[in-house]
Amino acid sequence: MTTNLKIAFLPLNDAAVLVAARERGFAEEEGLSLDLVRTTSWATLRDRLVFGQVDAAHMLAPLAIAVTLGLSQQPAALAAPYKLGVNGNMLVMATGFAKALEPDAVARLADPLGTAHDFAAAIGLWRRKPVIGVVHRFSSHAIMLRYWLASAGVDPDKDVVLRVLPPSLTVEAMRAGEIDGFIAGEPWGSAAVEAGLAEAVAIGERIWQRGVEKVLAFRESWLEENPDTTDRLLRALARAAAWCDDPAHHAALADLLADRHYVDQPADLIQRALVGQIVACAGEPPIASSDFMLFSREATPFPWRSQALWIYSQLVRWNMVEQDAGIATRAGAVFRPDIYRRAFADSDVPMPGASMKVEGALGTPLTVGSRRGGLTLGPDRFFDGRVFDPERIGEYLSGFAR
Amino acid sequence: MRIVIIDDSGLRATVLEEGLRDAGYDDIHIVPPRGAFVARLERMAPDVVLMDLGSPSRDTLEEMLTVSRALARPIAMFVDQSDDSMIGAAIDAGVSAYVVDGLRKERVKPVLELAVRRFNAFSKIQAELDEARTALSDRKVIDRAKSILIAQRNLTEQEAYALLRSSAMNQGRKIVEVAQALITASDLLGGGI
Repeated sequence: MTTNLKIAFLPLNDAAVLVAARERGFAEEEGLSLDLVRTTSWATLRDRLVFGQVDAAHMLAPLAIAVTLGLSQQPAALAAPYKLGVNGNMLVMATGFAKALEPDAVARLADPLGTAHDFAAAIGLWRRKPVIGVVHRFSSHAIMLRYWLASAGVDPDKDVVLRVLPPSLTVEAMRAGEIDGFIAGEPWGSAAVEAGLAEAVAIGERIWQRGVEKVLAFRESWLEENPDTTDRLLRALARAAAWCDDPAHHAALADLLADRHYVDQPADLIQRALVGQIVACAGEPPIASSDFMLFSREATPFPWRSQALWIYSQLVRWNMVEQDAGIATRAGAVFRPDIYRRAFADSDVPMPGASMKVEGALGTPLTVGSRRGGLTLGPDRFFDGRVFDPERIGEYLSGFAR
Repeated sequence: MRIVIIDDSGLRATVLEEGLRDAGYDDIHIVPPRGAFVARLERMAPDVVLMDLGSPSRDTLEEMLTVSRALARPIAMFVDQSDDSMIGAAIDAGVSAYVVDGLRKERVKPVLELAVRRFNAFSKIQAELDEARTALSDRKVIDRAKSILIAQRNLTEQEAYALLRSSAMNQGRKIVEVAQALITASDLLGGGI
């Protein structure tokens, strides 16, 4: 018997695993039929999930935590047993603004610390306080942008204006001069570059080498009532994710995503991020960035609790939530490695031995303890070299000027 | 009670506004979600903000509700979180409503119910319009197929239509599909009409 599942998503490259699961038969193999509900704002995606109009959603990891902590409209306990991707964001700024930065785009992207300082200097030269689009207050993009700006002494709440707008409106807003740049998931940055409106200034992978992005979020109650369906869905997604990661499938994946029911953007723009060939300025040759976005390798989908706690630490840092051991525990518990372990108990999916790790400590790939052996974690450093120990959040936060 | 409708579609906003006026609400403003709409909204100091759930501008609006110092702190979308059927009906109809803190739910509920009814009425009008538009383009396709037959087979208009109709019946397809196939074939063969 086929089980029908409704899953809400936003038109972004990192909806890829859901799209592939539906379109390439991985869901069907597990007896699932996926109804993917295209949504244009995070608010509506959140409401559809919270009020039970869909069973699961392609959600910003920080938003899943914020909803659970009651920071974003109706509070609801959400649970994320699976990460839909890692990395994939790009900060682009108006070509006029980018003139004040390192002109060699390869050098600019390779040196986020230097570029952050150049950016700080460029703020004073710009005709107004720069308005930077972010997709949501509780997005990995906003958190990463704040982290990056602050490293150069820029106060993201005072020295720039962060304007919230959904990814699909970013290019239009650039054209209308409403924003001077934006950070979003692909293909929207590439679309602005291609339109000659903007240049790439920073890419997520160079800010945090393995940055948490979207998770598959459920209502916790639904997850508990439907263990079998959940496990089947996670297994289908794992196979879809492996398919998505395979370079041999990137062209086909880009074609799938280009469909008007999904991302509805040209396949060649979508493909840039999938293959890691980023065009920073219109007409220039692409820059290789092989870890631009990951779906499967290195146990990418595994929901490390330490990553949820890192997000929590950043919400504290920017005064969006209190620092409190009880709240931290609730935030960490949104990520559900226990469910992930259950779903893959009888499979050959590599399984980390631990559920927390020190984030940002790996400068080179490392083979770690895994129940199935053969699990190599990729480098996961933050560009400023800081290391996040989830057991010492207070100490970590006191290391920042703000 | 000041009600602001944020909407791009002139028709939907009009349908909603009319309904609200008929029900006795007279302080109603329509703001399209473009440019500096957030600043306009702040100046208006609304008690209730109604918006299409499908509008991509909801994130922008919510952020404004979160950070605005100009507004009395408005609370979440639905007034009565315990009223699941109301929330379900609102989401189904595509209504999102933001209500200023302190407004009694008995006062807001009729507004929300009315918005749900009007949004549904609008969807119906929209569907009818789409249908009419499809019917119109269907007629154009059939007319073109008929003129191909008239020119190439020396048929009268009635005979051409009868031929399309009987082919459609024989093949178990719609007339417009047969007409479209004929046009495609004619284009491929350089039939030239």
